[in-house]
Amino acid sequence: MTDQEILSAFTKILRDLLLDDSIVLSMETRRQDVPNWDSFNYINFIVAVEIKFGVKFKVADIESFESVGAIIAETKALLR
Amino acid sequence: MRPMMSWLPVAPDFRAELRTALESPDCLERLASLAQYRLDHLETLQLDRAMSRLTLKPGPGFTIVRLAILASSTVDHLSPAIRVAGLRRRLMIEVHIGPYGQYRQDLLDPASILHQFAPQFVLFSITARNTLAGVPLAATTAEVDETIARSIDELRLLWRQARESFNAAIIQQTFLNITEPVFGSYDRLVPGSPARVITQLNDQLSKAAAQDSVLLLDIARASERDGIDGWFDTGSWLHGKLEVTPEAAPLCGDMIARVVAAQRGLSKKCLVFDLDNTLWGGVIGDDGLEGLVLGEGSAAGEAHLALQRYAKQLKERGVILAICSKNDSAIAEAAFNEHPEMLLKRSDISAFVANWNDKAENLKAIAARLNIGLDSLVFVDDNPAERARIRQSLPMVAVPELPRDIAHYVRCLADAGYFEAVAFTSEDRQRADQYAANAEREALFELSGNLDDFLRSLQMSVVFGKFTPVDLARVTQLFNKTNQFNTTTKRYTAEEIADFAAARQTVTLQFRLLDKFGDNGLVSAMILRPDPKQPEVFEIDNWVMSCRVFGRQFEFEAMNIAVELVRQRGGKAIRADYIPTPKNGVIAELYPSLGFFSLNGKTGCTCWILDLTKYVIRSTHISRSGDAR
Repeated sequence: MTDQEILSAFTKILRDLLLDDSIVLSMETRRQDVPNWDSFNYINFIVAVEIKFGVKFKVADIESFESVGAIIAETKALLR
Repeated sequence: MRPMMSWLPVAPDFRAELRTALESPDCLERLASLAQYRLDHLETLQLDRAMSRLTLKPGPGFTIVRLAILASSTVDHLSPAIRVAGLRRRLMIEVHIGPYGQYRQDLLDPASILHQFAPQFVLFSITARNTLAGVPLAATTAEVDETIARSIDELRLLWRQARESFNAAIIQQTFLNITEPVFGSYDRLVPGSPARVITQLNDQLSKAAAQDSVLLLDIARASERDGIDGWFDTGSWLHGKLEVTPEAAPLCGDMIARVVAAQRGLSKKCLVFDLDNTLWGGVIGDDGLEGLVLGEGSAAGEAHLALQRYAKQLKERGVILAICSKNDSAIAEAAFNEHPEMLLKRSDISAFVANWNDKAENLKAIAARLNIGLDSLVFVDDNPAERARIRQSLPMVAVPELPRDIAHYVRCLADAGYFEAVAFTSEDRQRADQYAANAEREALFELSGNLDDFLRSLQMSVVFGKFTPVDLARVTQLFNKTNQFNTTTKRYTAEEIADFAAARQTVTLQFRLLDKFGDNGLVSAMILRPDPKQPEVFEIDNWVMSCRVFGRQFEFEAMNIAVELVRQRGGKAIRADYIPTPKNGVIAELYPSLGFFSLNGKTGCTCWILDLTKYVIRSTHISRSGDAR
């Protein structure tokens, strides 16, 4: 799976979660860049990604992801 | 295994339907029908978000309920699931969650937001961690008992505080077994092992809840069914102090809404079965009695029998059974009477409809014959086309999406939790017999033809008295489960009912009706309170009557009795409100028929008054026996 494919899947998940089709994610997007993407919805997003991709992130990683790109990199690593 | 609501159908295109719903003028109705689908954690959040965007007040048929969760872990992720599960039942559940771990202070502080919220339901969601921490591995049985007793006593104190502050119904969550084995299988033999402490904690909790009339939310049981990994995840605990995983939230929310709905009398009442390939294997019209797959000797036959056995158990706890089948009636009934392996007998079935008509029409007929609402029905049919047809034409009927294999039908019905209970009374145990007797009464009516002769031939008598402690549970249940003959649809907690019974000036009345076919049980209850400003005027706070005894002049006799009691207390008039709901139209003309005169109604209700100086006792065919006063 390419970064771009994962990014567009992430975008769809977050649009659904926040019910906001105007959201556009990039590799550099950080949580504070997206309105309403609070810590509660961060966990919801992570769980949705875990279910969608069949992966399980480490607790330490969930705490330290800096950007969407970091989550994508870890997802790719887990899928390998 | 991921906790799942497998009995709900999968949405064909949830994403598109949600977006269409948001643009639609009847958005709330659209969202309510979306709530009938099997929604995962993400879809549940979306639906809740869509609901939160509505600015309109909920329309008729939606009831607002206030639920507070007092928790020692993070439960914020449960609120969307609770609201969506409420919407599934046409309940608008407002959820209040206090600041993390502050529930004790909130309960005690009358100025807290919790007190302003005035919850009608309080859910205690407490983790077992504190108790576990207090039990060393080497603790003796006596030491373990003492620590557990202390934890339970503390909970009871919280229950009492919540009850006294809000008069709310209390729900207590059971303790998830979040422990790991320390000794292995030997854990169960060590009093202080964490696993055994949790087991004992739940045992003691159940006893205390039964004594204090507290309802349980048994997520421990649910986690045994799905596996603890579906409900509890160490990662989620460490990261966000979630005791219940986000994946389990939709089911957990549904379980909470079930208990709330059950307390509000919204649990299902009647289980309607198709016959061919549902209650038995094969098609009786084609295969004949001998060709049916049913009973010992074949795996499929035993699976059908297991379904019948489960139905019979539900019947024993008060669920009404009915048949709705495309069949020749005589042939279908013959199977009940003649097939040796049939566990369900014809007499277990309160409404038997086998013909070639549309099943939607037949379900309407069944509801009408049993005098219950269509939304009290659960329809079980192996045929996906019939299920889809009923869901489309009668969306208020619950239609479980059954698994492919009959072997799993019982599990599916059990998982759906349609018949969640808040009590198990002697009335429940007898209900099926009462419905069977009703069928005999109908037959008698057809024989006699004349209503007056029929009523006389029933040899009815009434036993009445004030609310007594032994009947409190049943009286509460009657007020909360009755939807048709319910004049104000005020719902009460058991504590409120006890308060009415204890108040000196309040007239409380409960009625049992007996006839030649047996005891119909506690069928009606009434609460009359003197107006503080005009003590000679008594107001009916609420009056309910079971649909089982409609059309027997019982309301006349009940009013005769009420009038006599109010007169004894110096009352000169009885005032009453009729508050219309989608379900109580049957009594729209009740008060004028009893001789009440119309007053200017407040909005949303009609207002009536009965002048006791002019009231003449009505003659009925009901005699008085054993006046309990």
